[in-house]
Amino acid sequence: MITKSLAPRPSSLFGYNVSLVGVVAFAIILGWTIVALFAPYIVPYSVGDIVDTDYFGPISDQLWLGSDYLGRDMLSRVLMGARYTVGISLAAVALCCFCGVALGMIAAVIGGWFDTILSRFLDALNSIPSKLFGLVVVAAVGSSIPVLIITLAVIYTPGAYRFARALAVNINTMDFITVARTRGERVGYIIASEILPNIIRPVLADFGLRFVFVVLLLSGLSFLGLGLQPPYADWGALVRENIGGLPFAAPAVIVPSFAIASLTISVNLLIDNLPRRIRDRSA
Amino acid sequence: MTTNLVEIRNLKVEARTDSGRVIEIIKDVSFDIAKGEIIALIGESGSGKTTIALTLMGHAREGCRISGGKIDVDGRDMAALSESERAKVRGTTVAYIPQSAAAAFNPATKIIEQVIEVTRIHRLMPSEQARRRAIELFRALSLPNPETIGERYPHQVSGGQLQRLAAAMALIGEPKLVIFDEPTTALDVTTQIDVLKAFKSVIRAGDIAGVYVSHDLAVVAQIADRIAVLKGGEIQELAKTEAILTGPSHPYTRELLAAFEPKQAVRDSRTGGSIAPVLRIDSLVAGYGDLQPNGLPAVCAVQSVSLEVEKGRNLGIIGESGCGKSTLARAIAGILPAVSGTIGFNGSDMHRAAKSRTRDQLREMQIVFQYADTALNPAKSIADILERPLAFYHGMDRKAREARVDQLLDMVRLPRALRYRYPSELSGGQKQRVNFARALAAEPRLIICDEITSALDTVVAAAIIDLLKELQRELHLSYIFISHDLSVVEAICDEIVVMYGGKKVEQITRETANAPRHPYSQLLFGSVPKLDPTWLDNLVQDPELKREYGHG
Repeated sequence: MITKSLAPRPSSLFGYNVSLVGVVAFAIILGWTIVALFAPYIVPYSVGDIVDTDYFGPISDQLWLGSDYLGRDMLSRVLMGARYTVGISLAAVALCCFCGVALGMIAAVIGGWFDTILSRFLDALNSIPSKLFGLVVVAAVGSSIPVLIITLAVIYTPGAYRFARALAVNINTMDFITVARTRGERVGYIIASEILPNIIRPVLADFGLRFVFVVLLLSGLSFLGLGLQPPYADWGALVRENIGGLPFAAPAVIVPSFAIASLTISVNLLIDNLPRRIRDRSA
Repeated sequence: MTTNLVEIRNLKVEARTDSGRVIEIIKDVSFDIAKGEIIALIGESGSGKTTIALTLMGHAREGCRISGGKIDVDGRDMAALSESERAKVRGTTVAYIPQSAAAAFNPATKIIEQVIEVTRIHRLMPSEQARRRAIELFRALSLPNPETIGERYPHQVSGGQLQRLAAAMALIGEPKLVIFDEPTTALDVTTQIDVLKAFKSVIRAGDIAGVYVSHDLAVVAQIADRIAVLKGGEIQELAKTEAILTGPSHPYTRELLAAFEPKQAVRDSRTGGSIAPVLRIDSLVAGYGDLQPNGLPAVCAVQSVSLEVEKGRNLGIIGESGCGKSTLARAIAGILPAVSGTIGFNGSDMHRAAKSRTRDQLREMQIVFQYADTALNPAKSIADILERPLAFYHGMDRKAREARVDQLLDMVRLPRALRYRYPSELSGGQKQRVNFARALAAEPRLIICDEITSALDTVVAAAIIDLLKELQRELHLSYIFISHDLSVVEAICDEIVVMYGGKKVEQITRETANAPRHPYSQLLFGSVPKLDPTWLDNLVQDPELKREYGHG
C-alpha cells in the first residue's frame, strides 16, 4: 500500500528546520572562535617559553597536550594558533567573497564589454596555481599578516566571482528584474535588493567552502615555512615544526592536525545543514 | 474480471509538508471507466486532477503517497503492486501523455528511437515491426511525412507535431488506458484543433479508454464521454458531458460554465468621442540579433506596426505564439528598444529605450507579465514588493506606504494580512493580483498586460478580467491586452489587432469581431473551441487556409 517512505519529522525552531549535525558543527566552530578571541587570557604558559626539559613530552597533568620539539607547552601553542588560523582565514575569505560576489553580480547586471573583460582578467588570475602564487608573493614582499590576508584573498576572488556571476546571470533573466529595470532602478538597487537575497544561500555555502580552502592553503604555506614567523605559529606551522615527533607518536603533531580537521569538517557540515525555512506555516 | 476497465474505490492520497504536517490531498474518490470510454477530470489547479490521473499508474509524486483505497486497472490493484510489477504495466496497459511534449523528449536522440523505446523495454515486438507500427501511428495521427518524420530530432518539428508524436509514443504499446495530462494547454488554438482531431480519431479507432486532465471545459467537451468536476480533492459532480453542459448541479460547475459566457465590455460613455490618444505607435520595427547592413535586426519580430490607444479604452493584441505580440509589448515598454519607428505617449514623443525615458514616462506606462511566479521576487514579502514603487516614484515615507499598501490590496480584492506573506505562499490567482497591484502602485495611465490570464484557470482568469474592468472604471486606465485567447480579449477590449508573422494583419472593433475579413483572422476566430460537444466533428476548415497559416 505504501508507495514511498516519508522523511522523519525534523525538529523546528522559530519556523526553521534545524538538524542535530548542524547544531554540533556550529558549536565546534563557535568554540574555536571563542578560543581565538580569548586565547591570550586562557593560555597556561607563554607561547615562546620552554617549560619542559624533555622534547615531544607526553600528556601530563602539567602539560595537558604534551610539549613540542623544543619543550614548549603544546596546549598554549594550539590555543594561540587558533587566533591566526581562524582570524587570518576569516579576514581573507570575507575579503575575497565580498569582492568576488559584488563584482560577479555587477558583471551579470551590466553585461557586455564590462563583463567580458572582467571575466577574462579573473580567469587569467584563476589559471595561476594558488600555492605557487602565494610562494612568489611571500618571497617578493616578505611574510606578514596583512600580506598573507591580501594574498589569500586575491587567490580566491576569481572563484567567488565565477560562482556569484553564474547564479546572478540566472536571476538576472527573471521578469522581476525586467520590472525593476523598467521602473528605472539603478544597478546598485538591482544588485542589493533584487539579486542578492535570491542568491545569498548558495553564496553563504560557497563562503564556508572557501573558508576551508583558505585554512588549508594557509596551513600549507605555513608548513612550507612561508606563513607566520616564529615563535608565533598557526596550526599548519605547528604540524610542520613537530613533524619529527611522528615516530614517537607525540601528541604535538597529532593535536594540531585534529584541530585543522575539526574546524574544516565542522564548517562543511554546517554548510550542508544550514537551517531551512519552513514554508508550510499553518502547522 | 469486471466489466469496467478501471475501478477506483475510496482513493486517498496524502502529502507531508516540510513542517511534518500530513494533508489529505485526495479525499475518498471513487469512479469507474468502461472500456473505450473517455473520462475528463476538470478543475482548478490544486484540485487534485493530475494526482488522481497519476495514481492510475500507481505513481504518487515526491512527498505524496497513496494512503488508502483500491485502484483496479484491468484487474490489477495498482496501489498493491510492487514497483517492479507496476513497471511492467506502465507503457503496455496504461500509458501517459504529458503536458509538455517538448520537455518529455530527449533532445539528443532521434524521435523514432524514443517512440519505439517502449516496445524494446517490454520486449513487445522486434525493432523492424515496431518501426512499421510507429509509421502507421504517425499516419493515423495525420502527421506530415509519416515515413521520415521519425528520423528527425525533437527540435526539428513543431510543438503540435511533437505533442502528436508523444501520443504515438504512448500508443505504440497498445495500451488499454491512456492518461492525457493537459496535452493541448500549451498549444495555439489553430494547432490545438489538429491535435484534438488526431487524438479523437485514434482513440475511436483503437477503442482505447482514456483519462483527460484539463481545466478547459470547451476542449474537454469535444473529447470526453463523461466529465468529473473536481475541487479540493473531491469529485463534486460526475455526469455525461451533455448533462454537465446543459444542467450543471454543483455551484462550482456553474461557475466554470459562467466563465465561458461571452462578456461584453461596457464602454464608458464619458470617454467616448474623439480624444487625444494615450499612445500612438508609428511603423515600429523591433527584433533580435545584430543589425544587418540594411538597418534591420537579424530576426525581425515586429515589422512596421502602427496602432493607437485612446484614453480610457482598451486595445487587444491577438495572435499565435511567435507572431511578435510579446516583442511588440517589450518594444513599447522600451525593454527591447525598437530599431525604428516612433512611440508617442501623452501627446509627446518618447525615447525608444526605457533607460533614456524620464521617470514620469516610466511611471505612467506599466507592464504586467504573464508569469507572476517569475515577476515577483521570491525573496521579498508582498509589502516590500508593493512599497518599492511607492517609495521610488512617489517618495512616500514609511507610514504613508503602509496605508497605501492596504489600499492597493483592497483594490485588487486581497486580504490585508497577505502583506506579510512571501510570493511562494500565495496561489496563482493571488500572485497575479499582487503583480497587478504593483503596476497600480505607480499610478499609471496605461498598463500593458502580457498574457496575464494565460497561466490561470478559467474561473480565476474570469475573476481577474472582472477586476481589471472594475479598476478601469474607477481609475480611468487604458490597457493594452495581449493574449492568444480570443474570448479573453473580446471580454475586455474595444478594439482588437490581429498579428501574424510580425505584421498587423487586421484591426477590428468588437462589433465587427464576428465577421473578420482577413483570412488568418477568420481561421483564428473559427478555431476557438465552443462548449458544444459536436463542434469539433462538425468543424470544416478551408484546407487552403490551413496550408497557408497553419503549423500543424
